[in-house]
Amino acid sequence: MDHTRKIDGRFNLVGGDFTNAGEASTQLKKILQLRGVKDSYIRRASIATFEAEMNVIIYTPAGILRYDVDDESIKITVEDMGPGIEDIDLAMQEGYSTAPEWVREMGWGAGMGLPNMKKNSDVFRIDSAPGEGTTVKMIIYLNKGEQS
Amino acid sequence: MTIGDIINQLSPDSFSIEPDRDIEIKDVYVSDLLSDVMANAGEGSLWITLQTHINIVAVASMKNMPAVILVNGRKPEGETVQKAASEGIALFGTDMHAFELAGRLYNMLHG
Amino acid sequence: MKLQKIIDTLEAVTLDSTTNTGLEVGWACATDLMSEVLYYAHENSLLLTGLVKPQVIRTAEIADIRVVVFTRGKEPDTETISLAKRKGITLLVTPLSLFTASGRLFSAGLQCCPYT
Repeated sequence: MDHTRKIDGRFNLVGGDFTNAGEASTQLKKILQLRGVKDSYIRRASIATFEAEMNVIIYTPAGILRYDVDDESIKITVEDMGPGIEDIDLAMQEGYSTAPEWVREMGWGAGMGLPNMKKNSDVFRIDSAPGEGTTVKMIIYLNKGEQS
Repeated sequence: MTIGDIINQLSPDSFSIEPDRDIEIKDVYVSDLLSDVMANAGEGSLWITLQTHINIVAVASMKNMPAVILVNGRKPEGETVQKAASEGIALFGTDMHAFELAGRLYNMLHG
Repeated sequence: MKLQKIIDTLEAVTLDSTTNTGLEVGWACATDLMSEVLYYAHENSLLLTGLVKPQVIRTAEIADIRVVVFTRGKEPDTETISLAKRKGITLLVTPLSLFTASGRLFSAGLQCCPYT
């Protein structure tokens, strides 16, 4: 495969579709593996993407996940049509959650999603307003030497 | 193993009431799913969890649990602390992961 | 710790006859919350959980976890089992509780996932 070529693509995410939840992230993981991206970067990108994907599935009717990979970086943008976030600073705190009980019983909604995305990306940006949905942009820089 | 033994050996943070150190702990339940705790935890056991919201107090109370230990450095929400105090349930916290805390308590119980 | 020792310690059954029991597991993580797994679990970890859902397998795949242990004898549905097979993830079922399973493995020398 030609590793210098830029690749990009998108996945449509359907809210409430728990059967396929995670499929977009695992497909992106495969795409990165085929391209020969180093495992440590793939792992970070996969975890960040998976959390973003789960947020769309759990909290919103639908969303779009876009990826853009070149020699320099992996860029992931997840845009949703959900209710938006009231207080982003609060939402970024580890353990803070507004998730209802049924979400917690599914093993999610313990307030680690956004912190996890931030932890695994080099650049993390979130834009959201109540009633206007949420857009998360994440960049993971490649070729920065060894990453744990 | 008493609550006092746990305090002495693991030095957890304490968020709620000062518990009765003589209370005997015969079993421990590790779970982050409230329905699981409701259905399966033994009466009077000690509960290890990551959940911090107020509903944990109601579950602990219904199961007659004397104490709950929050792991991974989680801090309880304000209303959780108040409710725990009013229900007489001790709330502890530790930076340990559930696996390690369970391992240490297991050794204290059976070691 | 070798997978065979984990199976013996937990009195567990494997849900796939092709399991490589010589597989070496480095660490263990015990939780029912998937973000916690994604946050802390290192690759080559063992996940002990009471949550029996396909999402556990998705999470394991993303976090490079090769072995998942379901506690209290809870068998996953066929959808979860076939997903795990497709992803090459070994599933074990132990009759023990999450507390006892963690306690036995910790006592047998399996380390907790590092705190980073």
